[in-house]
Amino acid sequence: MPHTTAFARNQWYVAAYSHEVGRDLLGRTILGEPLVFYRTEDDGTAVALHDRCVHRRFPLSESRLDGDRIVCGYHGFTYDTTGSCVYVPGQKRIPRTARVASYPVVEQDALVWVWIGDPALADPQVIPRAPHLASPEWVTVSGMEPIDADYGLLVDNLLDLSHETYLHGGYIGSPEVAETPITTEVDEGAGVVRVSRHMGDAECPPFYAKSTGIKGRITRWQDIEYHAPCLYLLHSRIAPVGVLPEEDGSDPNGFHTEITYAITPSSDGKVYDFWAVSRDWATDDAEVTEFLRGNNHTVVMQDVDALNLLQRTLGSERAGYQELSINIDTGGLAARRILARLVEEGAKPVEKVQ
Amino acid sequence: MTAPTGEVYRIDWLPGTDILHGTCHCGREHTSQDPIEMWEWMLAHPRGHSVDEPQGADA
Repeated sequence: MPHTTAFARNQWYVAAYSHEVGRDLLGRTILGEPLVFYRTEDDGTAVALHDRCVHRRFPLSESRLDGDRIVCGYHGFTYDTTGSCVYVPGQKRIPRTARVASYPVVEQDALVWVWIGDPALADPQVIPRAPHLASPEWVTVSGMEPIDADYGLLVDNLLDLSHETYLHGGYIGSPEVAETPITTEVDEGAGVVRVSRHMGDAECPPFYAKSTGIKGRITRWQDIEYHAPCLYLLHSRIAPVGVLPEEDGSDPNGFHTEITYAITPSSDGKVYDFWAVSRDWATDDAEVTEFLRGNNHTVVMQDVDALNLLQRTLGSERAGYQELSINIDTGGLAARRILARLVEEGAKPVEKVQ
Repeated sequence: MTAPTGEVYRIDWLPGTDILHGTCHCGREHTSQDPIEMWEWMLAHPRGHSVDEPQGADA
Protein backbone atom coordinates (compact mmCIF):
# COMPACT_ATOMS: atom_id res chain seq x y z
CA MET A 1 0.00 0.00 0.00
CA PRO A 2 1.46 3.40 -0.91
CA HIS A 3 1.66 5.85 1.95
CA THR A 4 -0.84 8.65 1.28
CA THR A 5 -2.34 11.64 3.02
CA ALA A 6 -5.86 12.50 1.86
CA PHE A 7 -6.20 15.66 -0.26
CA ALA A 8 -7.81 18.82 1.09
CA ARG A 9 -10.26 20.10 -1.52
CA ASN A 10 -11.82 23.55 -1.63
CA GLN A 11 -8.40 25.12 -1.26
CA TRP A 12 -6.02 27.20 -3.36
CA TYR A 13 -2.83 25.54 -4.59
CA VAL A 14 0.22 26.82 -6.42
CA ALA A 15 0.12 25.33 -9.90
CA ALA A 16 3.11 27.07 -11.42
CA TYR A 17 5.39 30.07 -11.32
CA SER A 18 4.00 32.93 -13.41
CA HIS A 19 6.91 32.64 -15.82
CA GLU A 20 6.00 29.01 -16.57
CA VAL A 21 2.57 29.88 -17.94
CA GLY A 22 2.68 31.36 -21.40
CA ARG A 23 1.68 30.60 -24.96
CA ASP A 24 2.87 27.01 -24.72
CA LEU A 25 0.41 24.62 -23.09
CA LEU A 26 1.49 23.46 -19.65
CA GLY A 27 0.11 20.25 -18.13
CA ARG A 28 0.08 19.77 -14.33
CA THR A 29 -1.85 17.24 -12.25
CA ILE A 30 -3.12 18.72 -9.00
CA LEU A 31 -5.03 16.72 -6.38
CA GLY A 32 -5.41 14.03 -9.00
CA GLU A 33 -7.02 16.40 -11.50
CA PRO A 34 -5.19 16.80 -14.82
CA LEU A 35 -5.08 20.50 -15.73
CA VAL A 36 -3.80 22.48 -18.69
CA PHE A 37 -2.59 26.07 -18.30
CA TYR A 38 -1.95 28.84 -20.80
CA ARG A 39 -2.07 32.59 -21.14
CA THR A 40 -4.46 34.50 -23.41
CA GLU A 41 -3.05 36.42 -26.35
CA ASP A 42 -4.67 39.81 -25.69
CA ASP A 43 -4.51 40.49 -21.98
CA GLY A 44 -2.25 37.68 -20.79
CA THR A 45 -4.79 36.20 -18.41
CA ALA A 46 -3.85 32.75 -17.10
CA VAL A 47 -6.39 30.04 -17.93
CA ALA A 48 -6.79 26.59 -16.35
CA LEU A 49 -8.92 23.90 -17.98
CA HIS A 50 -9.41 20.21 -17.44
CA ASP A 51 -6.70 18.50 -19.45
CA ARG A 52 -8.79 15.86 -21.22
CA CYS A 53 -10.73 16.27 -24.44
CA VAL A 54 -14.36 15.21 -23.91
CA HIS A 55 -14.22 13.12 -27.07
CA ARG A 56 -11.57 10.45 -26.44
CA ARG A 57 -9.76 11.91 -23.42
CA PHE A 58 -6.70 13.06 -25.35
CA PRO A 59 -4.54 15.38 -23.19
CA LEU A 60 -5.19 18.94 -24.28
CA SER A 61 -1.76 19.91 -22.92
CA GLU A 62 -0.29 17.82 -25.76
CA SER A 63 -2.33 19.75 -28.32
CA ARG A 64 -1.99 23.30 -29.69
CA LEU A 65 -3.34 26.81 -29.32
CA ASP A 66 -5.18 28.63 -32.10
CA GLY A 67 -5.43 32.15 -30.74
CA ASP A 68 -6.96 31.67 -27.30
CA ARG A 69 -8.55 28.35 -28.18
CA ILE A 70 -7.12 24.89 -27.64
CA VAL A 71 -7.42 22.59 -30.64
CA CYS A 72 -7.25 18.97 -29.56
CA GLY A 73 -4.28 17.27 -31.16
CA TYR A 74 -6.26 14.12 -31.93
CA HIS A 75 -9.50 15.07 -33.75
CA GLY A 76 -9.62 18.87 -33.54
CA PHE A 77 -12.29 19.43 -30.89
CA THR A 78 -11.76 23.11 -30.08
CA TYR A 79 -12.31 24.80 -26.70
CA ASP A 80 -12.49 28.45 -25.68
CA THR A 81 -11.08 29.93 -22.46
CA THR A 82 -14.22 28.96 -20.51
CA GLY A 83 -13.90 25.31 -21.54
CA SER A 84 -16.84 25.42 -23.96
CA CYS A 85 -16.38 23.40 -27.10
CA VAL A 86 -16.80 25.73 -30.08
CA TYR A 87 -15.95 23.34 -32.91
CA VAL A 88 -16.18 19.64 -33.62
CA PRO A 89 -15.04 18.08 -36.91
CA GLY A 90 -17.44 17.28 -39.74
CA GLN A 91 -20.73 18.50 -38.29
CA LYS A 92 -22.50 21.71 -37.32
CA ARG A 93 -24.19 20.49 -34.14
CA ILE A 94 -21.95 20.67 -31.10
CA PRO A 95 -23.22 18.31 -28.40
CA ARG A 96 -24.50 20.17 -25.34
CA THR A 97 -22.16 18.20 -23.06
CA ALA A 98 -19.10 19.13 -25.07
CA ARG A 99 -17.23 21.22 -22.53
CA VAL A 100 -14.35 20.78 -20.17
CA ALA A 101 -14.24 22.20 -16.66
CA SER A 102 -12.51 25.52 -16.12
CA TYR A 103 -10.82 26.34 -12.83
CA PRO A 104 -10.54 29.61 -10.90
CA VAL A 105 -7.04 31.03 -11.26
CA VAL A 106 -5.33 33.90 -9.44
CA GLU A 107 -1.86 35.23 -10.19
CA GLN A 108 -0.20 36.79 -7.19
CA ASP A 109 3.39 37.19 -5.98
CA ALA A 110 4.77 35.59 -9.18
CA LEU A 111 2.74 32.44 -8.49
CA VAL A 112 -0.22 30.97 -10.36
CA TRP A 113 -2.78 29.72 -7.85
CA VAL A 114 -5.60 27.38 -8.84
CA TRP A 115 -8.69 26.53 -6.83
CA ILE A 116 -9.44 22.82 -6.54
CA GLY A 117 -12.99 22.25 -5.41
CA ASP A 118 -16.36 23.92 -5.83
CA PRO A 119 -15.73 27.07 -7.93
CA ALA A 120 -18.57 28.86 -6.13
CA LEU A 121 -16.51 28.78 -2.93
CA ALA A 122 -13.30 30.22 -4.41
CA ASP A 123 -12.37 33.41 -2.55
CA PRO A 124 -9.11 35.01 -3.78
CA GLN A 125 -8.87 37.06 -0.58
CA VAL A 126 -7.85 34.02 1.45
CA ILE A 127 -4.76 33.21 -0.64
CA PRO A 128 -1.69 33.63 1.59
CA ARG A 129 0.91 36.13 0.44
CA ALA A 130 4.60 35.82 -0.43
CA PRO A 131 5.29 39.41 -1.58
CA HIS A 132 9.08 39.03 -1.59
CA LEU A 133 8.80 36.75 -4.64
CA ALA A 134 7.74 39.66 -6.85
CA SER A 135 9.35 42.57 -5.01
CA PRO A 136 12.13 44.54 -6.76
CA GLU A 137 13.89 44.83 -3.40
CA TRP A 138 14.45 41.10 -3.18
CA VAL A 139 16.40 38.81 -5.49
CA THR A 140 14.94 35.33 -5.86
CA VAL A 141 16.24 32.03 -7.17
CA SER A 142 13.64 29.32 -7.59
CA GLY A 143 12.78 25.96 -9.04
CA MET A 144 10.36 23.07 -8.87
CA GLU A 145 11.09 19.41 -8.30
CA PRO A 146 8.45 16.70 -8.59
CA ILE A 147 8.82 14.15 -5.80
CA ASP A 148 7.46 10.61 -5.88
CA ALA A 149 6.31 10.92 -2.30
CA ASP A 150 3.16 11.71 -0.41
CA TYR A 151 2.80 15.45 0.18
CA GLY A 152 2.46 14.78 3.91
CA LEU A 153 6.10 13.64 3.96
CA LEU A 154 7.19 16.99 2.53
CA VAL A 155 5.11 18.82 5.16
CA ASP A 156 6.78 16.71 7.87
CA ASN A 157 10.17 17.47 6.38
CA LEU A 158 9.72 21.22 6.26
CA LEU A 159 8.08 21.61 9.66
CA ASP A 160 10.97 19.89 11.42
CA LEU A 161 14.23 21.56 10.44
CA SER A 162 16.31 19.46 12.83
CA HIS A 163 16.88 17.25 9.78
CA GLU A 164 19.12 20.00 8.37
CA THR A 165 21.86 18.88 10.75
CA TYR A 166 21.91 15.34 9.37
CA LEU A 167 20.55 15.43 5.82
CA HIS A 168 22.00 18.80 4.86
CA GLY A 169 25.24 18.87 6.86
CA GLY A 170 27.90 20.84 4.97
CA TYR A 171 25.21 22.94 3.23
CA ILE A 172 22.59 24.54 5.50
CA GLY A 173 22.90 22.26 8.51
CA SER A 174 24.94 22.80 11.63
CA PRO A 175 24.89 20.95 14.99
CA GLU A 176 22.91 23.73 16.70
CA VAL A 177 19.79 23.31 14.54
CA ALA A 178 19.00 19.87 15.92
CA GLU A 179 20.09 20.88 19.43
CA THR A 180 18.02 24.03 19.84
CA PRO A 181 14.51 23.83 21.31
CA ILE A 182 11.58 25.12 19.25
CA THR A 183 8.49 27.13 19.99
CA THR A 184 5.31 26.07 18.22
CA GLU A 185 2.15 28.11 17.77
CA VAL A 186 -1.03 27.11 16.00
CA ASP A 187 -3.55 29.70 14.89
CA GLU A 188 -6.49 27.39 14.58
CA GLY A 189 -8.91 29.56 12.63
CA ALA A 190 -6.34 30.86 10.18
CA GLY A 191 -4.91 27.37 9.63
CA VAL A 192 -1.38 28.60 10.30
CA VAL A 193 1.40 26.75 12.13
CA ARG A 194 4.40 28.75 13.36
CA VAL A 195 7.62 27.06 14.45
CA SER A 196 10.53 29.15 15.71
CA ARG A 197 14.06 28.17 16.47
CA HIS A 198 16.39 30.94 17.63
CA MET A 199 20.05 30.03 17.92
CA GLY A 200 22.11 32.60 19.80
CA ASP A 201 25.54 31.23 19.05
CA ALA A 202 25.79 28.81 16.14
CA GLU A 203 28.22 27.58 13.55
CA CYS A 204 27.73 29.37 10.22
CA PRO A 205 26.90 26.72 7.60
CA PRO A 206 28.64 27.02 4.20
CA PHE A 207 25.38 28.15 2.52
CA TYR A 208 25.53 31.40 4.49
CA ALA A 209 29.28 31.67 5.16
CA LYS A 210 30.12 31.69 1.46
CA SER A 211 27.25 33.95 0.42
CA THR A 212 27.33 36.59 3.18
CA GLY A 213 31.05 36.57 3.86
CA ILE A 214 30.46 36.35 7.62
CA LYS A 215 33.51 34.90 9.33
CA GLY A 216 32.99 33.04 12.57
CA ARG A 217 29.89 32.15 14.50
CA ILE A 218 26.43 33.55 14.00
CA THR A 219 23.12 34.32 15.62
CA ARG A 220 20.63 32.37 13.53
CA TRP A 221 16.86 32.64 13.65
CA GLN A 222 14.46 30.38 11.79
CA ASP A 223 10.81 31.38 11.92
CA ILE A 224 8.45 29.13 9.98
CA GLU A 225 4.94 30.10 8.93
CA TYR A 226 3.03 27.25 7.34
CA HIS A 227 -0.23 28.35 5.75
CA ALA A 228 -1.89 24.98 5.31
CA PRO A 229 -2.21 23.30 2.98
CA CYS A 230 0.14 24.79 0.38
CA LEU A 231 2.33 27.76 1.32
CA TYR A 232 5.38 27.50 3.58
CA LEU A 233 7.48 30.50 4.50
CA LEU A 234 10.75 30.30 6.39
CA HIS A 235 11.92 33.70 7.59
CA SER A 236 15.65 33.33 8.11
CA ARG A 237 17.82 35.92 9.85
CA ILE A 238 21.52 35.53 10.39
CA ALA A 239 24.07 37.98 11.77
CA PRO A 240 27.48 37.84 13.42
CA VAL A 241 27.02 36.32 16.85
CA GLY A 242 25.35 38.70 19.28
CA VAL A 243 24.25 41.20 16.62
CA LEU A 244 20.54 41.82 17.11
CA PRO A 245 17.96 44.12 15.50
CA GLU A 246 17.95 47.72 16.73
CA GLU A 247 15.53 48.84 19.40
CA ASP A 248 13.44 50.70 16.83
CA GLY A 249 12.90 47.41 14.96
CA SER A 250 15.27 48.17 12.09
CA ASP A 251 17.89 45.57 11.37
CA PRO A 252 20.70 47.00 9.25
CA ASN A 253 23.23 44.37 10.32
CA GLY A 254 21.09 41.27 9.82
CA PHE A 255 20.97 39.17 6.65
CA HIS A 256 17.36 38.34 5.82
CA THR A 257 16.51 35.41 3.61
CA GLU A 258 12.99 34.30 2.79
CA ILE A 259 12.76 30.62 1.92
CA THR A 260 9.46 29.82 0.26
CA TYR A 261 7.96 26.46 -0.54
CA ALA A 262 4.69 25.59 -2.20
CA ILE A 263 3.64 22.05 -1.39
CA THR A 264 1.21 21.03 -4.10
CA PRO A 265 -0.12 17.47 -4.04
CA SER A 266 -0.12 16.02 -7.55
CA SER A 267 -1.60 12.53 -7.55
CA ASP A 268 -1.55 9.95 -4.74
CA GLY A 269 2.04 9.59 -3.56
CA LYS A 270 3.34 12.46 -5.70
CA VAL A 271 3.95 16.10 -4.88
CA TYR A 272 5.29 19.21 -6.62
CA ASP A 273 8.01 20.83 -4.52
CA PHE A 274 8.18 24.51 -5.53
CA TRP A 275 11.15 26.19 -3.82
CA ALA A 276 12.48 29.71 -3.77
CA VAL A 277 15.22 31.58 -1.91
CA SER A 278 14.88 35.36 -1.74
CA ARG A 279 17.37 37.78 -0.20
CA ASP A 280 17.54 41.49 0.48
CA TRP A 281 21.32 41.58 0.71
CA ALA A 282 24.03 41.51 -1.99
CA THR A 283 21.18 41.96 -4.41
CA ASP A 284 23.41 43.07 -7.27
CA ASP A 285 25.95 40.29 -6.83
CA ALA A 286 25.36 37.75 -9.60
CA GLU A 287 27.94 35.41 -8.13
CA VAL A 288 25.96 35.16 -4.88
CA THR A 289 22.79 34.55 -6.89
CA GLU A 290 24.37 31.65 -8.77
CA PHE A 291 25.92 30.22 -5.61
CA LEU A 292 22.56 30.24 -3.79
CA ARG A 293 20.79 28.76 -6.81
CA GLY A 294 23.21 25.85 -7.09
CA ASN A 295 23.62 25.26 -3.37
CA ASN A 296 19.91 25.34 -2.65
CA HIS A 297 19.15 23.08 -5.60
CA THR A 298 21.57 20.57 -4.10
CA VAL A 299 19.79 20.86 -0.74
CA VAL A 300 16.38 20.38 -2.38
CA MET A 301 17.65 17.30 -4.22
CA GLN A 302 18.90 15.84 -0.92
CA ASP A 303 15.31 16.13 0.32
CA VAL A 304 13.92 14.73 -2.93
CA ASP A 305 16.17 11.66 -2.72
CA ALA A 306 15.36 11.12 0.96
CA LEU A 307 11.60 11.44 0.46
CA ASN A 308 11.59 9.20 -2.61
CA LEU A 309 13.37 6.58 -0.52
CA LEU A 310 11.07 7.08 2.45
CA GLN A 311 7.97 6.75 0.27
CA ARG A 312 9.24 3.49 -1.21
CA THR A 313 10.11 2.22 2.25
CA LEU A 314 6.74 3.11 3.78
CA GLY A 315 5.05 1.43 0.83
CA SER A 316 6.63 -1.85 1.83
CA GLU A 317 5.71 -1.60 5.53
CA ARG A 318 3.05 -3.81 7.00
CA ALA A 319 -0.24 -2.09 7.79
CA GLY A 320 -0.38 -0.51 11.22
CA TYR A 321 3.33 0.20 11.58
CA GLN A 322 4.31 2.46 14.44
CA GLU A 323 6.02 5.83 14.45
CA LEU A 324 7.68 7.56 17.38
CA SER A 325 7.35 11.30 17.87
CA ILE A 326 9.56 13.43 20.12
CA ASN A 327 9.84 17.13 20.92
CA ILE A 328 11.25 18.09 17.51
CA ASP A 329 7.98 16.86 15.97
CA THR A 330 5.70 19.27 17.83
CA GLY A 331 5.26 21.51 14.76
CA GLY A 332 4.90 18.64 12.30
CA LEU A 333 2.20 17.04 14.43
CA ALA A 334 0.34 20.35 14.51
CA ALA A 335 0.51 20.57 10.73
CA ARG A 336 -0.79 17.02 10.29
CA ARG A 337 -3.74 17.83 12.49
CA ILE A 338 -4.63 21.04 10.63
CA LEU A 339 -4.38 19.14 7.34
CA ALA A 340 -6.72 16.44 8.68
CA ARG A 341 -9.25 19.15 9.53
CA LEU A 342 -8.96 20.76 6.10
CA VAL A 343 -9.39 17.35 4.45
CA GLU A 344 -12.54 16.76 6.45
CA GLU A 345 -13.95 20.21 5.67
CA GLY A 346 -13.15 19.84 1.98
CA ALA A 347 -14.89 16.48 1.79
CA LYS A 348 -18.24 17.76 3.03
CA PRO A 349 -20.88 17.71 0.33
CA VAL A 350 -21.73 21.13 -1.01
CA GLU A 351 -24.94 21.99 -2.85
CA LYS A 352 -24.32 22.20 -6.55
CA VAL A 353 -24.86 25.58 -8.14
CA GLN A 354 -26.17 25.00 -11.64
CA MET B 1 -12.45 28.41 4.40
CA THR B 2 -12.82 28.69 8.14
CA ALA B 3 -13.12 32.17 9.56
CA PRO B 4 -10.33 33.18 11.94
CA THR B 5 -11.21 32.31 15.50
CA GLY B 6 -8.30 33.96 17.27
CA GLU B 7 -7.62 30.63 18.96
CA VAL B 8 -3.88 30.31 19.33
CA TYR B 9 -2.24 27.31 20.97
CA ARG B 10 1.39 27.62 22.02
CA ILE B 11 3.93 24.99 23.01
CA ASP B 12 7.36 26.01 24.31
CA TRP B 13 10.09 23.47 24.58
CA LEU B 14 11.85 24.72 27.69
CA PRO B 15 15.55 25.31 26.94
CA GLY B 16 17.92 22.97 28.69
CA THR B 17 15.18 20.43 29.42
CA ASP B 18 13.07 17.82 27.62
CA ILE B 19 9.92 19.49 28.88
CA LEU B 20 7.19 20.92 26.69
CA HIS B 21 5.14 23.70 28.22
CA GLY B 22 1.76 24.25 26.58
CA THR B 23 -0.62 27.16 26.80
CA CYS B 24 -4.14 26.67 25.53
CA HIS B 25 -6.02 29.57 23.90
CA CYS B 26 -8.07 29.70 27.10
CA GLY B 27 -4.97 30.35 29.17
CA ARG B 28 -4.71 26.96 30.88
CA GLU B 29 -1.20 25.55 30.98
CA HIS B 30 0.16 22.04 30.88
CA THR B 31 3.56 20.37 30.85
CA SER B 32 4.52 17.14 29.17
CA GLN B 33 7.48 15.28 27.71
CA ASP B 34 5.44 13.87 24.84
CA PRO B 35 4.18 16.08 22.01
CA ILE B 36 1.35 13.67 21.18
CA GLU B 37 0.05 13.74 24.75
CA MET B 38 0.46 17.52 24.74
CA TRP B 39 -1.65 17.98 21.61
CA GLU B 40 -4.28 15.61 22.98
CA TRP B 41 -4.53 17.74 26.10
CA MET B 42 -4.59 20.95 24.09
CA LEU B 43 -7.29 19.86 21.69
CA ALA B 44 -9.47 18.34 24.36
CA HIS B 45 -10.19 21.90 25.54
CA PRO B 46 -11.91 22.38 27.91
CA ARG B 47 -11.95 18.68 28.80
CA GLY B 48 -9.03 17.75 31.03
CA HIS B 49 -8.18 21.40 31.72
CA SER B 50 -8.48 20.78 35.44
CA VAL B 51 -8.89 23.65 37.85
CA ASP B 52 -5.62 22.97 39.64
CA GLU B 53 -3.66 23.86 36.53
CA PRO B 54 -2.50 27.47 36.20
CA GLN B 55 -4.84 29.74 34.32
CA GLY B 56 -3.60 32.68 32.25
CA ALA B 57 -4.70 36.22 32.95
CA ASP B 58 -6.90 36.48 29.88
CA ALA B 59 -8.70 33.19 30.35
